[in-house]
Amino acid sequence: MSRKMYINGMASIAAQTEEDLFTENLQSFSENIFPATSVNYKEYIKPMMLRRMSKAIKMGLVTAKRALNEAGVDVPDSIIVGTGEGCKQDTEKFLENILDENESFLTPTAFIQSTHNTVGGQIALDLKCTGYNMTYTQNSASFESALIDAKLQFTEEMGTRCVLVGGVDEIARISTPFYNLDGQLKAGEINTAKILQSSSEGTITSEGAAFFLLSEIRTQDSFAEISDCMIYRNISEEKLQEEISWFLKKNDLKIDELDVVILGNNGDTRYDHYYQQLQEDLFKNTLQLGYKNWVGDYNTVTAYACWLGAEILKRKEIPQQLKLNNLPLKQPTSILVYNQYLGKNHSLTLLRSL
Amino acid sequence: MPIMTDLHTELKASIIEQLNLEDMEVSDIENDEPLFGDGLGLDSIDALELIVLLEKDYGIKLTDPKKGREIFESINKMADFIEANRTK
Repeated sequence: MSRKMYINGMASIAAQTEEDLFTENLQSFSENIFPATSVNYKEYIKPMMLRRMSKAIKMGLVTAKRALNEAGVDVPDSIIVGTGEGCKQDTEKFLENILDENESFLTPTAFIQSTHNTVGGQIALDLKCTGYNMTYTQNSASFESALIDAKLQFTEEMGTRCVLVGGVDEIARISTPFYNLDGQLKAGEINTAKILQSSSEGTITSEGAAFFLLSEIRTQDSFAEISDCMIYRNISEEKLQEEISWFLKKNDLKIDELDVVILGNNGDTRYDHYYQQLQEDLFKNTLQLGYKNWVGDYNTVTAYACWLGAEILKRKEIPQQLKLNNLPLKQPTSILVYNQYLGKNHSLTLLRSL
Repeated sequence: MPIMTDLHTELKASIIEQLNLEDMEVSDIENDEPLFGDGLGLDSIDALELIVLLEKDYGIKLTDPKKGREIFESINKMADFIEANRTK
């Protein structure tokens, strides 16, 4: 992916509000699973549609509509969604119905709404968009997979002018706590604000959605660009440093020209060494930001990280509570998002100001 | 003066719960108000939910879905059909 994509509109919902992020008022949680903030969904979705929607659909549709609104676009040419686990709440509801009713009297709504592509489908229904509609479910590289497909939409000269692309995942009452069973979540007392200093295994999780309206051509609404995105299923720490240097070089950027790196440290002592090695070596002179201690780690949290990077480029302002080191910065122009989860799905996404 | 039975009230409460009609009370649904289209605004997915409701709560198995159009016209029509055909 080497051709640029311009960001003309974007929105996100996560466990922290945008206002709290930039006013140093981020909240900490005492549970290893915590919800996204509440939004007045009725402002954006008709009540008769809203009544059937789980949180993933609501968050996805609202952020999609806000992104479109910011870009001044009514209907995009394509809708591409990344989701690691899809609509888990309705999946649970449907499975519980099967058990409660002894496999009879099954109602259709929860089943219809339980598939991974429900979010993309509901956005298309709401917008009356009959264009390309695709959902990517690639664990912690789901959003990046969607981004790469967005780029292909422009590259293959299919007449695509603007693409709505986003990532969304929700927590669910029964299935999310399963992560306690295989040690993905931290045990014992939790103070989410301090997990990056913890000496235990596991992390914290939450939910959220972030959507972007992207175009191949710069418009008057464009405020940043996604220059490149790469995914590595498996990679060693040594090879990772080489690949990051190569990635920056192919985007005509030297390491000392990179203004900010947004890292996915999540407090899991088994895997944070991927980040720590980079912090001490390749990025030692770069301003480093961490965010998962505030919004949790989930499969499409990198959509939030990209929203965060683009918001920093738009505002020319750094959320102080996210700083992992104390390097000064005046005018951010280039931001790299690096992420991995459980040592897999390493991804690099480069954002630049215009 | 319309006749309001316990069945009418029960049906309205079930529909509100089963179809997640948030912010709606039993008293908001009129007995002769159309359930679909311009009335309550239910759609085809709701029709499937109502077919399951008939079987689950009243033991009525609707074998001809075309009949649904008439049966689900209003609360009055539903109540009449249930009274005439219920097995539980």
